[in-house]
Amino acid sequence: MRLPRWLIGFSLLVYLFLHLPIIVLMVFSFNNSKYGVSWAGFTWEWYRRLAEREDILNGLRASLIVGVVATIVSAVFGTLIALAVARHRFRGRTALEAFLYVPLVTPEIVVGISLLILFVLLGFPLGITTITIAHIAFCISFVVVVVLARLQGMDEHLEEAAMTLGADEITTFWKITVPLLWPGIISGSLLAFTMSFDDFVITSFVSGAGSSTLPIVVYGMVRKNIEPSINAISTIILLATSLLIYLADRLGRDRPLKA
Amino acid sequence: MAVPPPDQPIVQFTRVSRSFGAVKAVNDINLEIRRGEFFSLLGPSGCGKTTTLRLLAGFEQPDPDGGEVRIAGEVVNHRRPYERQVGMVFQNYAIFPHLSVEKNVAFGLEQHKVPRAEIPGRVAKALEMVRLDPGTFGLRRPNQLSGGQRQRVALARALVLRPAILLLDEPLGAIDLKLRKEMQLELKQLNKSLGITFVYVTHDQEEALTMSDRIAVMDNGRVAQLGTPAEIYENPRTAFVAKFIGESNFVAGQADRQTGGQWLVQGPLGAFRVPDHPRLAEGNSIRIAVRPEWMDLFRPEALPAGENGLVGTIRDVIYLGETIHVIVTLADGSDCTVALRNEGQLIKPLPWRKGDRAAVTWLPEDCQVLEEE
Amino acid sequence: MAGLRQRVLALTHRRAELRAWALLAPGTLWLLLFFLVPILIMFVYSLMPRGVYGGVEPGLTLEHYRRFLNPLYLQILNRTFLWSIAATIICLLMGYPLAYLIAQSGKWKNLLMFLVVLPFWTSFLVRTFAMIFLLRDTGFINTLLLQAGLIQQPIEMLYTPFAVMTGLVYGFLPFMVLPVYASLEKLDFSLLEAAEVLGARPAARFFRVTLPLSLPGVVAGCLLVFIPSLGSFLTSDLLGGAKQVMIGNLIQNQFSAARNWPFGSAASFIVMALVLAAVVTYLRVRDRSPGGGGVA
Repeated sequence: MRLPRWLIGFSLLVYLFLHLPIIVLMVFSFNNSKYGVSWAGFTWEWYRRLAEREDILNGLRASLIVGVVATIVSAVFGTLIALAVARHRFRGRTALEAFLYVPLVTPEIVVGISLLILFVLLGFPLGITTITIAHIAFCISFVVVVVLARLQGMDEHLEEAAMTLGADEITTFWKITVPLLWPGIISGSLLAFTMSFDDFVITSFVSGAGSSTLPIVVYGMVRKNIEPSINAISTIILLATSLLIYLADRLGRDRPLKA
Repeated sequence: MAVPPPDQPIVQFTRVSRSFGAVKAVNDINLEIRRGEFFSLLGPSGCGKTTTLRLLAGFEQPDPDGGEVRIAGEVVNHRRPYERQVGMVFQNYAIFPHLSVEKNVAFGLEQHKVPRAEIPGRVAKALEMVRLDPGTFGLRRPNQLSGGQRQRVALARALVLRPAILLLDEPLGAIDLKLRKEMQLELKQLNKSLGITFVYVTHDQEEALTMSDRIAVMDNGRVAQLGTPAEIYENPRTAFVAKFIGESNFVAGQADRQTGGQWLVQGPLGAFRVPDHPRLAEGNSIRIAVRPEWMDLFRPEALPAGENGLVGTIRDVIYLGETIHVIVTLADGSDCTVALRNEGQLIKPLPWRKGDRAAVTWLPEDCQVLEEE
Repeated sequence: MAGLRQRVLALTHRRAELRAWALLAPGTLWLLLFFLVPILIMFVYSLMPRGVYGGVEPGLTLEHYRRFLNPLYLQILNRTFLWSIAATIICLLMGYPLAYLIAQSGKWKNLLMFLVVLPFWTSFLVRTFAMIFLLRDTGFINTLLLQAGLIQQPIEMLYTPFAVMTGLVYGFLPFMVLPVYASLEKLDFSLLEAAEVLGARPAARFFRVTLPLSLPGVVAGCLLVFIPSLGSFLTSDLLGGAKQVMIGNLIQNQFSAARNWPFGSAASFIVMALVLAAVVTYLRVRDRSPGGGGVA
């Protein structure tokens, strides 16, 4: 089918719209000028300054800790749920499936303040722990969606075949289900990590005064004073998460599941 | 399992039912499968044949009061698939995509704790048995194999364990016609040479007739008829079986009286004779099935003596190569198909044309009195 | 170890349901405790009177919900609603053609789709900042235009409704493209060929075949843009400033400066109600459409 020229031109403009702001942002992280937006030469200065900032380093550490813990826990919980939903019939299954999608459509602000209320009510001090708890909650749904899709694309007779060959349920799980599901689990985990790492709204409500993840620090920088250091940290975040998403995408398409 | 008496059936279903919600997929069925036989479960989609197979495999359990499944005399209702001596070949083969051909075939041996040293030898023999060269195919992955090759791997994988029973769930469905015929013969040969009982599910009646020692024709969760291919084909018990296997013409009427060894039946299209049958009593309504190849065509005025005949007009003459099908429309508007051997239309053409008046005839003993369903 | 294995297997044989619930338990429990329960508590809070320090006092009242009838708050609701709809429409007009192009791109499909999806997965905060960087008075666009001599004074773009709208569209455009692409990709092009043979011109083929059959994707896309826009907070906060207040900002304010937790809870609940109404509408439309249910 031939594509009309206006469609190609229009699409190009849309792509420009999507990518230009980010490209400009990244380019100017190397600009040798603190205020102007005119090009004054290439420099690594702003990246160097990042390394000196305590708040950025602390924020990065906090984001990584929360990210890794939340990802591992939600990956385990989410995969177990996906297995239950895909392979078993039980009462309340449709209700549960619907319930699993609700966190994905609920506005972050609602999730954030409801958790704040809960923690304050329980007298739980706000900090890394509360942030992690919140992140696990919204990451579970992500993992479930990805792993479930993979499971549903998997020939269920593979597990039955293994059982006719003498493998009991546990052996079948480890030798057949997990190896075939693994790329999906990793893909879902990478997505969950990215969501956790980038999260601002929910985190802002459940983090206390001292603890800050990287997005919170960046937000503070944006509010206070626009300077190229923000461009620099933004560029790093963009490149890092893009890499993770690329990996998640490749893994998600790996291995044919219907032999 | 202890060595059972040689004449004991290897599989017994006693009043087995399996419901899904309100629907009885398998409804109170009884059947026995003999050791070493090639047994087919035949029927249209939804008749319960696959559920029956899965009950045998252990993937489904009978309802709480839904009868007993026995293998080699022992009740196995609650035994898991890996606790039964049953092998299975699935419709889509279910070859493990992440393992090579060798590892696929070796999987069962590993699960049964066969000594490491023995495994490669047995794997190679199993592959040779299904005509796959271990050297060429051993290290290949499933996505590098054709459909037919995958199917053989699935067979080898199941057979290497020498199960007492091999279950096959429509394994030839996705294969093209010529290869399918070859595979049918190979499966039959394997059954005879290995002495393993084969239980085969199919909706293709030709396939079932070709391969089976006995067939269970199923309809709506019940066994409509169980017998050898000849019994099923030549003596169908019900209209369903007569329609599902091959083609049939149906004639209805009311039994009038008995003369000699035959009954006179009065039908709306005329009278005809039928050999004696338990269902025949004065005044009973009956239906008979007559296969097209048991019928002949004559001019209405030249009806041979001793044969039944119904008069009609020829609607169509269809050339099928080996046979010629003549479709005759009878007085009540219904169609009757007569299959005549083709002895060469170019040298000895049949005298029948569209529009001719003709009588379809059959010998009284060439029919089947049908039972109620 | 073998004994434990046998015991687990025996237990799970008995009832298939037990097996399922054993798998579900940890995750579901977590979601119940840290997602459902907090929202329920929030709902109860919205019905209690405000306490001295901004929390709650015992009692039951509808005053926080009634407060929404005040024109000031109605205006905020209204604005949020209208902006969300506007953003949805713009995303549809921009996103549909793009999705159409990608669906027709043969071997480039995956790459093109990846390029659309990539920005969506990266930090929303960073992308919003990128918008600020472009739109400020001393930002990229203004500097460029000033240097080129096209304008004498910087155009005020930041802290205007225009900025918020641009931010919303920028943030959620990929959400529109994805589902529309998914349903266009499934389109059987022989249907269009059949229409052509029957005499339909390009415009007719589009409006009478392509569009109706891609409707499930369109509806899903509209939903995926509309819902987050309703609850949007960051965009209006950073790009709109103090004047462009959406309901998300109002809510956030109740938990910081304004110190009125029950009122904030009530506002949250109203947003949730709007979101749920949108989802239910989507499910109804999806189940009734001809190309039905193939997408989200």
